[in-house]
Amino acid sequence: MINKSSESQRELEIYVHIPFCVRKCAYCDFLSVPAEEAVRSRYVEVLKDELRQKAAAGEEHVVTSVFIGGGTPSILEGVQLAGIVKELRRWFSVEEYAEITVECNPGTLNREKLACYRDSGVNRLSLGLQSADDRELKLLGRIHTFKEFLESFSLARSMGFANVNVDLMSALPGQSRESWQRTLNQVLALKPEHISAYSLMIEEGTPFYERFRPGGPEAGLLPDEDIERQMYYDTRDILAAEGYQRYEISNYAKPGFACRHNLGYWERKEYLGLGLGASSLRGHVRCRNQENLEAYLAGDWRCQEVTELARKDELEETMFLGLRKTEGVYLTEELLKVYERVLADLERKGLLFREKGRARLTELGIDVSSYALAEFLL
Amino acid sequence: MASMDQSKIRNFCIIAHIDHGKSTLADRIIEMTGLLTSREMQAQVLDNMDLERERGITIKAQTVRTVYKAKNGEEYIFNLIDTPGHVDFNYEVSRSLAACDGAVLVVDAAQGIEAQTLANVYLALDHDLDVLPVINKIDLPSAEPQRVIDEIEDVIGIEAQDAPQISAKTGQNIADVLEAIVERIPAPTGDPDAPLKGLIFDSLYDSYKGVIVFCRIKEGTVRRGTPIRMMATGAEADVVEVGYFGAGQFIPCEELSAGMVGYLTASIKNVKDTRVGDTITSRERPCAEPLPGYKKVLPMVYCGMYPADGAKYPDLRDALEKLQLNDASLQFEPETSIALGFGFRCGFLGLLHLEIIQERLEREYGLDLVTTAPGVIYKVHRTNGEVIELTNPSNLPDPAEIEYMEEPMVSAEIMVTTEFIGSIMELCQERRGVYLGMEYMEETRALLKYELPLNEIIYDFFDALKSRSRGYASFDYDMKGYVQADLVKLDILINKEEVDALSFIVHSSTAYERGRKMCEKLKEEIPRHLFEIPIQAAVGSKIIARETVKAMRKDVLAKCYGGDITRKKKLLEKQKEGKKRMRQIGNVEIPQKAFMSVLKLDDK
Repeated sequence: MINKSSESQRELEIYVHIPFCVRKCAYCDFLSVPAEEAVRSRYVEVLKDELRQKAAAGEEHVVTSVFIGGGTPSILEGVQLAGIVKELRRWFSVEEYAEITVECNPGTLNREKLACYRDSGVNRLSLGLQSADDRELKLLGRIHTFKEFLESFSLARSMGFANVNVDLMSALPGQSRESWQRTLNQVLALKPEHISAYSLMIEEGTPFYERFRPGGPEAGLLPDEDIERQMYYDTRDILAAEGYQRYEISNYAKPGFACRHNLGYWERKEYLGLGLGASSLRGHVRCRNQENLEAYLAGDWRCQEVTELARKDELEETMFLGLRKTEGVYLTEELLKVYERVLADLERKGLLFREKGRARLTELGIDVSSYALAEFLL
Repeated sequence: MASMDQSKIRNFCIIAHIDHGKSTLADRIIEMTGLLTSREMQAQVLDNMDLERERGITIKAQTVRTVYKAKNGEEYIFNLIDTPGHVDFNYEVSRSLAACDGAVLVVDAAQGIEAQTLANVYLALDHDLDVLPVINKIDLPSAEPQRVIDEIEDVIGIEAQDAPQISAKTGQNIADVLEAIVERIPAPTGDPDAPLKGLIFDSLYDSYKGVIVFCRIKEGTVRRGTPIRMMATGAEADVVEVGYFGAGQFIPCEELSAGMVGYLTASIKNVKDTRVGDTITSRERPCAEPLPGYKKVLPMVYCGMYPADGAKYPDLRDALEKLQLNDASLQFEPETSIALGFGFRCGFLGLLHLEIIQERLEREYGLDLVTTAPGVIYKVHRTNGEVIELTNPSNLPDPAEIEYMEEPMVSAEIMVTTEFIGSIMELCQERRGVYLGMEYMEETRALLKYELPLNEIIYDFFDALKSRSRGYASFDYDMKGYVQADLVKLDILINKEEVDALSFIVHSSTAYERGRKMCEKLKEEIPRHLFEIPIQAAVGSKIIARETVKAMRKDVLAKCYGGDITRKKKLLEKQKEGKKRMRQIGNVEIPQKAFMSVLKLDDK
């Protein structure tokens, strides 16, 4: 536990990016590519250099959560990943009960890897399933079947992981409400502690964009907006019935299992991003590591996009990030002063309500959240 | 430069259809006569407005004087008067031609004669100019110089067998053109000692010198101190400076005498006092009568221009005033729209003129504008005998008070290859054209003659013409006067509210069609709101078309991955930025470009 003197220490979250995968999924626009083992191990070494240097340069912080995301972090050897976690623990003061998550893909996990994770202190797994329907998995370009996911899930349980998230994706091309409900129910049978359920976004530069972009050759296969929204309501209702609370627009958890790391983003906690293209928020500065893998491997981990946040930017962020949480945002006097008119306007439109000093989005407000949140830009 | 030998002067212009290489040839002539080195040449010296260079057209007349040493060993002064290249500026073209003694006719060796080639040649012949044909672009693989030479002889009826065959682009055979100018374009005449008679063919405003008047001296001599009078406007002044045109600069000289082309300044404050086509004479010894052909140019096309940001209204007024200093044909007066607030009703020579002014306001003055649909001047005869010249549809009187209305007509000539005759005739019929006749230029090309209502061609006629002929048709027109027509005002209602800035006048036979297309277009332009928005077209109280913008169902940001907040904020900013470019009408936000959508209704 934190001792008395650490009360003066600032809290910090750490995000570690592993930009490798077995094969790029058809919808994915994240910074991730397949790479050879030699590149991967070189990357892990450079990453450790970066973390040592940034730990030495930074002020004292207490690290409350670590999230190792990708890409597919579980593509690394168990010892490589455990090595990163150990190095983090050595150079940062990681809280004893800090949440330490590793993103894993079914099809890349095995007993040896999970043992390494567990022994290095990893206490939360996030499994990318997306769908329980093998045809849908194939369409998405996933490397695994539902059966392989089931094997990975039970392996994780048997190795003692008691905090597991499953990532799901709705509004897939050709997907029906029934198919989506089947996916939800099959996952619920496993009783994961946390479920992230996103709607598919058709991002530019992906194979899906060529096929399903607005006006694209197969755009007609995407569920229309009404069905998409219905899927969203189905998710909310089915998961609520099983005791999962929606705490953010697309995130659901059993009581006590909300992802601390993710909440940190919405609450504007400070975080340090390590690895290729990773973002950070330190004090009043947002920045992002560079995205060129060769340059990164050559030891250039300088921040590329440095944004100094003015008070106005911070207020904007407080609102448009905080309102993604179902508990909303506590309205300080300063926020009220700046946003009274916007709040009243959104209330009038039925997109937002106020309760016990907090502002929260209504169900309609969630449906059109981008529209509503854009109003908070000054 | 005093006592200039008239026999060593050549005043000429270059005429051509758009893109046939007029400005490129002008560049080569300037280059070859040695006033500029190749390095000093910015491509196309004469078109000195950015906008002109980008669009590849000449908007204002430009003039340059160069010295050419001919093969006979004599030095000749060339005054090259570059003319505007668009039908909107026909009057300026005709005045520029009146300042010349000959014209170099440039014809594209691949494309041959086009509608504007003919229109310009006829104008030149009307002014008794000697026309020197030049076949350009012989470097193109598709060039057929001999076919084009024959065409010129057949169609225009001028001798063309020994026309220089050149490539202005590569510089090939330009020397032939220079020699032909010396040999075939006549020297000016006129008595330097007669009473002063000078033709104004252009003017521009300079903040130090006042108005700079471009003139051709027909008779007499003008110098510093000459007391002058403009014979049509009656404006009087004393000459401060006379000079001639270097490339891109003004070079003062002692005097301008009969046969010379140059400029004068006289501390004149407003270009309105120096109308193109007017005659300059001396107050001390005035000439007996002015040069023929002066007319005041009047706007033909009107539209509303509003600042996107209402606070910029004074800036817009200042900018319009400044542009008007240089452009006497631009007119404007304040007006108010319920939808758009305070703005101006502006009058232009044509749609291109409108677009140019709009672009200059946006680029040179940094203004963000909302422009309403352009319209023409209708004559509204009221039951009480009064006649209103209507430029803003919102001012149309109650139908019960209208006896009848008249609209302006043009006679149009369309040059087209025979395979597209059918589709172009169909287009003209859709636009209420009256077929006047057709002439075959050669086996594969014909000249179609139509009488068309002006309000049918100011919309998207040019675009439609191009797209229905795969770019091959060319077009020219002349004003014809007014005829009675069955016209109605089409109103647009958005969420049940009439939007005055979207109203326009149409012929009753096309009201339904245009109303329907307008609703469809607006449906595409207006973003979805939290509620359903009906879009209706109405004539009087009768709804003739309707579309609906469905309510917004979903607008959710995807997951925010690895804390990349900056990128998410950019998405929200884009959304917010889009909203800024909207106009609030009732509780509906309408994008500014929707107000121009009536211009793009041709869907073929």
